[in-house]
Amino acid sequence: MTPYLLAAPLIAFMIAFYVLPVVAMLMRSVSDPSWTLQHYAALPDDVVFLKTFANTFYTSLIVTLASLLLGYPVALALVRAPRWALVILVLIMLPFWTSVLVRSYAWMVLLGRHGLFNEALIAAGMIDRPLRILNTPLATQIAMSHILLPYMILPIANALRQIDPSLLRAASGLGSPPWRTFLQVTLPLSMPGVAAGVLLVFVLALGFYITPAMVGGPREITISMLIAQRVDQLDWAYAATLSAVLLATALAIIGAFYRLPGVGNAFRMNAR
Amino acid sequence: MAAELNAVNGSGRGASVLLTDLEKRFDRTNAVDGVSLDIRSGEFLTLLGPSGSGKTTTLMMIAGFETPTAGDIAIDGMSVVAMPPYRRNIGMVFQNYALFPHLTVEDNIGFPLKQRGVPKTERTKLVGEALELVQLPGYGGRYPRQLSGGQQQRVALARAIVFKPRLLLMDEPLGALDKQLRENLQLEMRRLHADLGITFIYVTHDQEEALTMSDRIAVMNDGKVAQVGRPEDLYDRPCNRFVAGFIGESNFLPAVVRDLEDDIVVAECEGVLVRALCPARPANGTKVTLTTRPERLRFADTLNGHAPQNRMSVTVTEAVFAGERCRYLLRAADGASIVLKEPSSAAIRRRQVGEQAEIAWSVADTILV
Amino acid sequence: MIGTRILPATVVGLILLFLAFPILVVIVVSFSSATYLTFPPPAFGLKWYDAYFSSADWLRPTWLSLWVAGAVVVMATLLGTLAALGIARLPRAARVVAAGLVLSPLIVPGIVVAIGIYYAFARYGLVGSPVGLIIAHTCLAVPFVVTSVSASLAGIDPRLEQAALSLGATPRGTFFQVTLPLIRPGVLVGALFAFITSFDELIVALFISGSGAVTLPRRMWDDLRFQIDPTIAAVSTLTIVLTVALMWGAHLLRKRAERQVTKEA
Repeated sequence: MTPYLLAAPLIAFMIAFYVLPVVAMLMRSVSDPSWTLQHYAALPDDVVFLKTFANTFYTSLIVTLASLLLGYPVALALVRAPRWALVILVLIMLPFWTSVLVRSYAWMVLLGRHGLFNEALIAAGMIDRPLRILNTPLATQIAMSHILLPYMILPIANALRQIDPSLLRAASGLGSPPWRTFLQVTLPLSMPGVAAGVLLVFVLALGFYITPAMVGGPREITISMLIAQRVDQLDWAYAATLSAVLLATALAIIGAFYRLPGVGNAFRMNAR
Repeated sequence: MAAELNAVNGSGRGASVLLTDLEKRFDRTNAVDGVSLDIRSGEFLTLLGPSGSGKTTTLMMIAGFETPTAGDIAIDGMSVVAMPPYRRNIGMVFQNYALFPHLTVEDNIGFPLKQRGVPKTERTKLVGEALELVQLPGYGGRYPRQLSGGQQQRVALARAIVFKPRLLLMDEPLGALDKQLRENLQLEMRRLHADLGITFIYVTHDQEEALTMSDRIAVMNDGKVAQVGRPEDLYDRPCNRFVAGFIGESNFLPAVVRDLEDDIVVAECEGVLVRALCPARPANGTKVTLTTRPERLRFADTLNGHAPQNRMSVTVTEAVFAGERCRYLLRAADGASIVLKEPSSAAIRRRQVGEQAEIAWSVADTILV
Repeated sequence: MIGTRILPATVVGLILLFLAFPILVVIVVSFSSATYLTFPPPAFGLKWYDAYFSSADWLRPTWLSLWVAGAVVVMATLLGTLAALGIARLPRAARVVAAGLVLSPLIVPGIVVAIGIYYAFARYGLVGSPVGLIIAHTCLAVPFVVTSVSASLAGIDPRLEQAALSLGATPRGTFFQVTLPLIRPGVLVGALFAFITSFDELIVALFISGSGAVTLPRRMWDDLRFQIDPTIAAVSTLTIVLTVALMWGAHLLRKRAERQVTKEA
């Protein structure tokens, strides 16, 4: 009986202040004005929704790809260059431990009209007038990749760390050149980490709100931003419908891939 | 010195432990399946068996960490099945020692005393004595991680006996140590057992360890006791094939019973008649298995004087020099393989592969299982 | 031959620069003496820190954030540690359900949690009050406590607890003398995570802090709507220092605990 008693206070607390609120809000999608599925039925013809949903997926995809391309080499360096491991770890963790708000702000500073990036290009004579980057989808993609990169690096590094180094020695002992050892031994064995990282980054990216709202501008918005806008307009039925779709999408993706090796673990430890 | 520890335990005998039809079922398998053992006061009894034989589960039931599905455990005649582990007053040494990493050696050893409300000054004194007993005086202020494996093991031992239990349980306590250290500690534990006079129940899968340390060994297999006895009895008189195979090396020869002479069975084996000890009285014509120990076989031509009764012609199929002895693989007339171990000596001629030879061994070394 | 080592090193170096550079720029800008954002700063000074420390508009939300986070630490650590102890001992099916519920804030999109809480808390009268923030942040912080404590619990050799029992400690005594000291680092790490989770939280605060309970991130957000004033760089730098210090502490604690456990095993 004791285990139940120990867990009960937290479970009760979370049901009262988290589960029930979210469920009550989601119920508005089917109970407004009376029991109905009309809000869901309207979605396939809802241009704003479709565009936003597509844009959110597209952004998540770009961000995931960018994180993978940028993250894999860093993970490899973290594991294979022990002398630099501490420096690399600090450089990864420094932004990781900084709040999303501050990191998004940093990108505003860098990418703004008179931001560092534009000033540097002008000073170098490469452009005459500042480029418009802030408040474009590109800014969102850059900033989100930056913010989510550690979530890609850490699971991959974990998987790489578990590769028995004698396998690599064996491969090179058998005459395999380094690049082939990488392609045929390291890469396949690190796939659980890659899968975990990709899934984690993609799902987290789908729900991003702060960063696109700060650096992405008002035109190409994400689902989260659309939800927030509708709440501001007190259109709860619509906000709840979108929330249900967003939540269901995230859960479906996780559910579909949860059984892949390494993925479940990454989600439990995604903490920080 | 450790005089007081010795005195108290020397006068009070060790506990007697009686296991009656003990059973433990996990899901659908019986980890322990009807174990009955009468462990005498002050005895060093070893539960020996391969992994999964139920020896550790049996120990855990005696300690109180597992509840028997059926059967009874009585310590000094009193059933303890319903008693929680912390009231049983049994010392226990765990695999990997289970020293508390956040406590110093002194606090680890003082832990059981503290639970029993022993005042601090008394505690310090007893801990000091226990440390001397395990030959680690002056190590009290260290943390377990600052000790070697052997030292941790001694601390675990000190912690398990400092509160003067009358029964000490040990679960593969030497498993993680290297061979040399293991042998030293085996001797030390024997000495400790003799000094303290308390009952030891020791679990191991290492037959050599069991043979050197124990007063009696209970060989376990598949949740049952295969045989209980003194080490020499188990070695010389294994009562079934499992025991013969698990303790030491054995040759197994198929045979057919032809005659009975008093307590001796005459059996036909590989074309010759061989005599074997057998407590049972199998009928003529019964198919049986004879066992012999490889080191109890001799080449007949090296023997002079009264030759053993059992003889057999063989062919040498493999000869391996292994330092202190030579090991031969032989083939008997009907094709059975026999291993023979001969103490090596520069004076003894080594056999060649393909050579014909006659081997001989005594009836007392032939067991029918 | 040289190329095979230099090229990867350069690539990794550039990516690491990409990771760390934005943070460093914010820190440098915060020490600028200019009245507008420019980089590199014409000269250095503590002007923006002065601006921050002399402005009640900034200090009030800072104190609110600090004490909300402090309250969240107490609640989340207490509830989370007890729950982790319970969950570890639940039968498998119940454990999966309980863990799923408790850890779900890690994967449910922030906006969904935020508007759900907003929707309900408006009815409970908890919008615009620090109490609402504490309750909401506790829900978000608890998964970190539970994962951290669960990890330390899982790292404890079950034989240590058996050893304590065999040595005469009651189950209660075993918990206080063995289990609790061994999970203490995990509890502390969880508490640090809980603090930072609350201190940095923005999405929920955007919806429920109203005008009565403006947290520091909320204040920064409001400010950024109008200007990219270097005061924010100073505030950011201060929060970076605070969180990095706390996380580094958590990291060290965790390492130490790992060392203790692995040495034992």
